[in-house]
Amino acid sequence: MRSTQQITKAMKMVAAARLRRAQTHILEARPYAAALDTVLRSLASRVASHRHELLVERPEHAVTLVVVTADKGLCGAFNANILREAISLLEGGRWERVELVLIGRRGVDFFRRRSYVTMSTHAELMRAVTPEAAFDLARTLATRFAAGETDAIYLLYNHFRSIMKQEVTLERLLPIERARIAGGERPGAYIFEPSPQALLGQILPRHVQFQVLRALLDSQAAEQASRMTAMGAASKNAADMIDRLTLTYNRARQASITKELIEIVSGAQALAER
Amino acid sequence: MREGHLHLKVVTPVRVVVDTEADEVTLPGVLGALGILPGHAPLLAALGIGELSYRTATRERYLAVQRGFAEVAADVVTVLADVAELPAEIDVEAAREEKQAAEAALRGAAGKEFEHQRAHLEAAVTRITVAARR
Repeated sequence: MRSTQQITKAMKMVAAARLRRAQTHILEARPYAAALDTVLRSLASRVASHRHELLVERPEHAVTLVVVTADKGLCGAFNANILREAISLLEGGRWERVELVLIGRRGVDFFRRRSYVTMSTHAELMRAVTPEAAFDLARTLATRFAAGETDAIYLLYNHFRSIMKQEVTLERLLPIERARIAGGERPGAYIFEPSPQALLGQILPRHVQFQVLRALLDSQAAEQASRMTAMGAASKNAADMIDRLTLTYNRARQASITKELIEIVSGAQALAER
Repeated sequence: MREGHLHLKVVTPVRVVVDTEADEVTLPGVLGALGILPGHAPLLAALGIGELSYRTATRERYLAVQRGFAEVAADVVTVLADVAELPAEIDVEAAREEKQAAEAALRGAAGKEFEHQRAHLEAAVTRITVAARR
């Protein structure tokens, strides 16, 4: 029991360290996110008819659902929550056809035995989330969307709200929500090099790539937070159980001592009565 | 920010590379180098693969940049690069090997593959040049 407690305690500490690292990644990506957002909004407000292929809204007959899970378990309800939501989306009848893109080993294993359409699996992606890997995936998704093979792409992942709270989040990746790029009015004439349309055509794919990276980093932080909490609870349970077991052990020991004393005393009495 | 100076901020998806004041910034625009001085008109430009340089009071500094955007507004230059490296961070040996590999791959490559390898070559050459500037 004590060794189990040591393991859960160690796992909690490892998760805490990984959480710090994951949070650092998120913080370091923030200035880029903010700058990209400003540029995108101010550009979109200037290009009158931004009829870009990544902005085209179609009726959602066939959609792609990107499900982000962890590679490992022992992190509370982290994976279960996502998978439950995924199943309810698949069964809910909101979309006629859904194809899955599975990220993280847990999700891949879960859907292997089930008969849903899976477009691609990425079991190793969460081991180390890199911009390159996230951008590659985003490019593949954007190409599929632009080619009309899917009408919309959604991301389903755990959002890191705080150490105690992770939220299952469903976000539309494509087509890009117009609200996300609107409202950037700025006075003054800009020089665009090359044309505004060409610039928008280069910035929009980057926006999509960055959204994928952000979701993966977010999920990674949420996973570690969830594991930290779960292992903290497990250590506490182990401590409680150790207390109970120690009490039981001491009682048993006391009982055997008492019994021995009774035997000795009654033995002595029997001798004295002779 | 002091009057008559530029504020330069170079960010990538993974970090802030440079956040400083500068007297002059030269950006690797897709259509050629762009020189930015204080008082420049608002600008939004796509960046190619190349050298970004900026002059501070004391000296000229360099970065190897691979694709992205630059926005100039009110003497603030914001560079959103896919990759941006300081001279000290560049592994020259690795860059030389990449250069050779790209050169070899370029022979006989065509279409998309040619473009892809040419980008590799440009990146490697830029990194070697910038590393030599340290």
